[in-house]
Parts: sequence; structure tokens; C-alpha cells
Amino acid sequence: MALQATGNAAAALAAARTEQEDDRALGFWLYLMSDAVIFALLFATYAVMVVRTAGGPDGHALFHLTHTAIETTLLLLSSITFGFAAIAAKAGRREGVLAWLLVTFALGVGFVGMEIAEFHAAVAQGAGPERSGFLSAYFTLVGTHGLHVTMGLVWIGILWVQVLLRGVTPQAASRLYRLSLFWHFLDIVWIGIFSVVYLPGIR
Amino acid sequence: MLGRLTLHALPFYSLIALGGALVTVLAGLAVLGVVAWFGAWRYLWQEWLTSVDHKRIGMMYIIMALVMLLRGFVDAIMMRTQQAVALNSQGYLPPGHFDQVFSSHGTIMIFFVAMPFLTGLINIVVPQQIGARDVAFPFMNSLSLGLTAAGAGLVLISLVLGKFSAAGWTAYPPYSELKFSPGVGVDYWIWAVLISGVGSTLTGINFVVTIVARRAPGMHLMRMPLFTWTAFCTVILMVFAFPALTVASALLGLDRTLGMHFFTNGHGGDMMNYINMFWMWGHPEVYIVVLPSFGVYSEVVATFSGKPLFGYKSVVFATMAIALLSFMVWLHHFFTMGASANVNAFFGITTMIIAVPTGVKIFNWLLTMYRGRIRMVAAMYWTVGFIVTFTIGGMTGVLLAIAPVDYLMHNTTFLVAHFHNMLIGGALFGYFAGYQYWFPKATGFRLDETWGKRAFWAWFVGFYLAFMPLYVLGFMGMPRRLERYYVPSWQPLLLVAELGALTILTGIICQIIQLVVSVRNRAALRDTTGDPWDGRTLEWMTASPPAAYNFAVLPHVHGVDELALRKESGSHMNPPGIYHDLEPCRDIVVPNNTGAGPLIGALAFGLGFAMVWYIWWLAILAGLGIWGLLVMRSFDDNDLHVIPAAEVERTETGRLSAAAR
Ligand code: HEM
Ligand SMILES: [Cu+2]
Repeated sequence: MALQATGNAAAALAAARTEQEDDRALGFWLYLMSDAVIFALLFATYAVMVVRTAGGPDGHALFHLTHTAIETTLLLLSSITFGFAAIAAKAGRREGVLAWLLVTFALGVGFVGMEIAEFHAAVAQGAGPERSGFLSAYFTLVGTHGLHVTMGLVWIGILWVQVLLRGVTPQAASRLYRLSLFWHFLDIVWIGIFSVVYLPGIR
Repeated sequence: MLGRLTLHALPFYSLIALGGALVTVLAGLAVLGVVAWFGAWRYLWQEWLTSVDHKRIGMMYIIMALVMLLRGFVDAIMMRTQQAVALNSQGYLPPGHFDQVFSSHGTIMIFFVAMPFLTGLINIVVPQQIGARDVAFPFMNSLSLGLTAAGAGLVLISLVLGKFSAAGWTAYPPYSELKFSPGVGVDYWIWAVLISGVGSTLTGINFVVTIVARRAPGMHLMRMPLFTWTAFCTVILMVFAFPALTVASALLGLDRTLGMHFFTNGHGGDMMNYINMFWMWGHPEVYIVVLPSFGVYSEVVATFSGKPLFGYKSVVFATMAIALLSFMVWLHHFFTMGASANVNAFFGITTMIIAVPTGVKIFNWLLTMYRGRIRMVAAMYWTVGFIVTFTIGGMTGVLLAIAPVDYLMHNTTFLVAHFHNMLIGGALFGYFAGYQYWFPKATGFRLDETWGKRAFWAWFVGFYLAFMPLYVLGFMGMPRRLERYYVPSWQPLLLVAELGALTILTGIICQIIQLVVSVRNRAALRDTTGDPWDGRTLEWMTASPPAAYNFAVLPHVHGVDELALRKESGSHMNPPGIYHDLEPCRDIVVPNNTGAGPLIGALAFGLGFAMVWYIWWLAILAGLGIWGLLVMRSFDDNDLHVIPAAEVERTETGRLSAAAR
């Protein structure tokens, strides 16, 4: 029989890992696309529901330009700082990654905090999601984005610990790459929310 | 503490419900008993439940589908019996119960028979057909299985605790809103669909990447076997269509659980948003379900006609055209719900256009058989039966695509006949053909042919008896979902339909006998070569059942139907050369088994159950548990291991010498 064996376990493992990480990037893109469909449908629902206030408050009564402007600034800044973390990772500088991730995390927490404050204020005025179709759509669209950001924060936390414990390993670097895709994706969605929800709603 | 869950949830209100619950519980206990009897816990856990091997995962999907098919069929025969007797009378089922039965039948058949069956076939076959050692994300694959099983578990347990939805498999609001369906039924539906839908989305992502990135050297897209092509289109549809179902059912859940107003009657809700989103998923879903079957027929027809598929390229393009068009027809499911005539005309025309590529394929299959050396094995029976049956269903579909006709026929049994014509004669026959065809690949022995053919005849005849009368009844104006009636002229036809369902039951019994007989005779039916049908594509180059790594040496591909090419090009003088490129064996990396997938599935079941019954603490615990497992998993960088080259060589040498014998 012409079969014969030549083995090199370490090389085989390394090759398998590289292949795995490449596949993960592609898979993550696909996930983002299917997530984009979810957001697209939530946007469409919002667009249909925006006039359905059922006698309750509309956007003019609820949204404030300064609040939204600060929120937007926080999130956009966090994308920039994430970019710095990615640059540090490319250069293999562990401290840089840790520091910039921390800044990003703080900005993200600020964003989520402001969103919670806004929701809280609305509910306190009796404008909760059960008030009208418009408010259901508003809370769900903005809230789904906020939930994504929150999950992103948890993910940043996990990655932070991993980088702290193990340094910028190839696995960590590839996770960081996917997390950055996620984070920038949420930025883009937010720009959509800003233009579709807040801009028309603000006087 | 237990939310809405009290002793009233137990089904003591009706004998039939109690019987169903007892059967479910006893069947569950029986399975546990058998496992305990054989002391097989460890084996089951280590070799199967925690396995990340795509072949095993595929087999578990198919087992799930077959079990759920039995469950869904019990519902079917209950409905047929009710309608056979309920002339001028109650029948034997109270109204609410009848509604639960058609709702659970539809839900089970679509989400927990069709989806797992096709996912199982894709799992077993696609990696082997493209010459890959595994899917791109083996752990995610096991996770998808866990989530699908969690959804199935929720539907099953709804028979024991509480009642299932009575709002149909589509759960249209406003009827499915809390105001009109205050029980837990719709919540069971929502959570079963949500959880298994996430599983399907992940499966979609997994296989798109697998097919894009893991093809063997030389396997260009236009050399992929047809089953892989149809699977490719199916999984792309899964990635882009399932989010619509997720959104629709999640928003319905928000309405019901948090009192929102997406689809309610008052407060600015609009039910049409639900219906649009549901069918934005629902129509592509039809093709998700049927395209893999088209792939099976293409493989079977080519193999058993002994020639390449006629017009390979046209079938590929037809499949892609169908996948694309499937997003442009969803409105034909609600022509009567207020769209303007022009909108209806647009969607009617796109619907008719989609029939064109489908018709093309029918001719491809026919012309493949033309002047072929046809072997009429059981898999071919299903295929030929499909060609005839599906053509009829396609024509009634085109009828329904004409909006004015639909105004007359919608919501009648004509529609029920049409979609069963497609789902049974199109999708299910294909899964059965695939089951028959790839069974030896998955298990190492063939299925008994005689019982397979008997099963086919019973299903085929039974299908016509059960559903042709419904076309006629539709013309006579009989509405679907009807629990009793006062029109005597309907009854004879409904009795024929009952007879048809019983004939189908015979077919199912034949399939059970077939399985038992084949397992008993497995020594005689053993497939030592790995190529029991004189196959044409790469999956027949592996052993039956394949080694964990499928291919010791990744095959180099030179054209469509690579294995057939090799056989023709004369390398049959040298048998190993056909099945095994002559290269030295190397170390092969395979993923480690992990319990995370089944555990997350179990927690997802807990989460769904808790949300149905408003047991908030359990929901939070289960949610945290899922997160925790995922985080733990992300800390685990040692998820691969190596099968040493020497071991690979031993396995392969043994196999090739067994095949030579
Ligand atoms: C095996 C034989 C089968 C029989 C005898 C059968 C029978 C029935 C009957 C009597 C109904 C109710 C019709 C009505 O509303 O008046 C029904 C509904 C339905 N069936 Fe089947 N069926 C079978 C298989 C299947 C399969 C394989 C699928 C899908 C893969 C399927 C999917 C559905 C769906 C989606 C509905 C609609 C449920 C609803 O109204 O919400 N059935 N079937
Ligand atoms: Cu459709």
C-alpha cells in the first residue's frame, strides 16, 4: 500500500488555527449582516409607527438635542479610541491595548448610562413603551441598539481580562478584530438612529 | 415562585389531552429507561451529545426530525378523524382543542421536522461533498443542534404543562395577542420559534462559511455537486430570512409580555406589520425547505441514471434565481388583506415568474433519466414520485398566484392541498430519498430496499387519497381550520381523505419496519467500499461511516462529478487511486468534544420555559448560565487535538484492504 505517514503535530495545529481565525472573520461578517436585517426591520417598523402616538407624546415632547448630541459624541469617540486599541494590538503593545480598551469601555458605559437616563425620564412622564405604538417602536429600536452596546461592553471586559492574563495572543488579536467590527457596526446603526429617530423628532 | 405555573396547568380538563400528555411522558420515560437499561449514559454523553463531529450532529438532527414527524402525524390523523366525523356534530374534539392540534401540527412539521431533517442532511453530506474534514465552526454546530432541540422540547412539554397555541402555525395577531389568547400557548409558540430560529441562523452562518472557505483544492464553485449548491442557497436564505421571523415573533412577545403595542388593535398597533415580517421570512422558508430536496433529487437521478445531471449549469442558475426571487413574492400570502390591485398584480407576477426556474429543473431531471441506465432503487421511487406530484402542486400554486382567483380560493382546503402537495410531495419525499441514499454513508449499512419501496407506495397513494379530495373540497367552498360543518356533501370526500391519512400511516409503519429489518440484517447490508451506489461525487470516496476526519488526504478535484471522472479516466485499474489520492498521510487536526452545546441548549429550554410561565428568577438564572458558558468557552484556547499520522495510516490501510476484499 502506498500510504505512509509523515507527521508534524505542532505545524498542523498552527495551520488549523490560522484557518479557524480566517473563517471566524468571515462568519462574523455574516452574523453582522443578519443582525443588520434585524435592525433594518426595526427601523422599518419605527418608520411605520412614528405617527401612531395614540394621543400620547411624540418625539418633539421627548427628545432633547443636547442629550442626544452628547450621547452621539460619546459613542463616536469610543469608536476612535477602539481604533487606537486596534493599532496597539497590531504593534503587539499590551499596555496600549489595555489602556485604550478601558477608555472605550468608559465611553460606552457613559453612552448606555445616558440612554438609561433618557428611558427613565420618559417612563417617569408616563411615556413608557406600553403607552403607544410609537413608543413601543422607539423603545425597542433604541433599546435593541443599547442592548447590543451593553453586550459589547461585556465582551470588552472579557477581552480585557484575556489580554491582561495572556497578552496579545493571535486568538486575542483576532477576537479584538471581530469586536472592533461589532463596535463600528453599532456606530453605524447609531447614526441611522440619530438620523431617523432623533433628528426629525427634535424641534 | 412558579409564576403562572400551578396545578391547573396539568391536563386533567380533557381525557384526550390527558392521554396525549401521558403518551409524551411515558415515551420520554421509556427512552430514559432504555438508556439506563443498557447503562449507556456515558456512551450517549461522550460519543453523541457532546460530539462536534458533523456526521453525528447530522444524525441527531435526523433522529429528532423522525421523532417529531411521528408527533406531527398524530396531530394530522386526529384532525382528519375529527373532520371525518364532525358533520352536524361536535366530533370528538372540543373546538379549542382542535385549534391547538392544527397549530401544533403546522409548527412541528415546519420547525421541527422539515428544518432538522434538511439541516441533518446538509450536516452529513455537505462537508464530505466539498472534500472538507469538518464544518467551519464545529462547536457552533453543536450549539445549533442544542437550540433546535430546546425549541422542540418546548413544543413537546406544552402537551403536558398548559396548552399549546390555538392561533395556527402563523400566530397572526391580533388573535395571538394577550387579549384574545390569554393562556401560555402563544408564548410556547413564540419561544420555541425564537430559540430554534437562532439555531437555524447559526447553522446558516456556519455552512455559508464552510462552503465558501473549506472546499477541497480544485473544487471551484461551478464544480460543486448539486446538493451542495442547493444547500448553499438554502443556508444563505437562512442567514437573511430568519432574522425577519426573529423580529416578528420577538415583537409579538414584547406585546404579550411587556404590554407593548406593535400589533394590538388599539393604541396605535398594526397587525399588518407582523404579517409582512412573518412572510418575509415565510416565503424564503418555503425554499429553505424545498431546495435541499431539489439537491437530493439531482444527486439521486444522476447516480441511478448512470450519467451526469443534464444541464448542470442551468440547474445551478435556476437554484440561484429561485433563492433571489424568493424574497420578492411574500405578499402572495395575503392578497386579500388590503393591498391595492397593482401591488397584488406585481406580487402575482413575481410569483408566476418563480415557477419558471422550477419548471426548468423538472426538465433537467427528466432529461437526465432519458436514455440513462436507470436503476429503480427506493431512492429513485421517491424521486420519480416527486416529479409527478410536485408538478401538480406547482400548477395549483400558479393558480393561487392569480390574485382574483386567490380571492376565491384563499383560506379554503384548496390551499391546504396545495401546500401539502409541495411540502410532502416536494420537500418530504426528497428528505426520504436522501435518507435512503445517504443512510449507508452515515451508518455503514444500507436500508432494506423492499420495505423502502413499500413505504414509498403507501406514502404516494396515501398522499393522493388524502389531499386530492381537499382540492375538490376547496372548490366546494370548504374553509380550512374547520372543526365541524353542516354540509353533508363534504363528508364523503373527507372520508376519502381519512383513508388517505391511514394509508400514509401504513407507509410510516413500513418505514419503521424498514429500519428494524435493516438494523437486524446489517451484516448482509454492510457497505465495505464506502461507495455502495457507484456514486459520482466526493462523499462516496470516504469510508462508510467516515473516519472523524472524513478524508485522510484532501482530494484534488478536476471537474464536476469528480468520482465519476476518476472512474472513467481508468484509474479503476488501481482502486486506491480512485478513493484516495496517493499522498502520504499527515497529522490531522480535529476539534475536541464539548458539553457546552447541549448544556446551553438545556439552559435555553429553561429560559424559554421560564419566560412562558413568568418564572422570572429562573429566566435570569438560565440567561446568566448561557452567558457564563459562552464566556468560559471563549477562555478555552485548547479546543483542538491531533490525530497522529501513524494512526491515520493504520485506519486508512485497514479500510482500503477491507474494500478490496
Ligand atoms: C403526513 C401527512 C399529513 C397529513 C395527513 C396532514 C394533514 C393536515 C391537516 C388535516 C391540516 C389542517 C388543515 C386545515 O386547516 O383544515 C394540516 C395543516 C398543516 N400542515 Fe399538514 N399534514 C401532513 C403532513 C404535513 C407536513 C409534512 C407538513 C410540513 C412539512 C405539514 C404542514 C402543515 C401546515 C403548515 C399546516 C397549517 C397549520 C395551520 O393551519 O396553522 N403537514 N395538515
Ligand atoms: Cu409564498
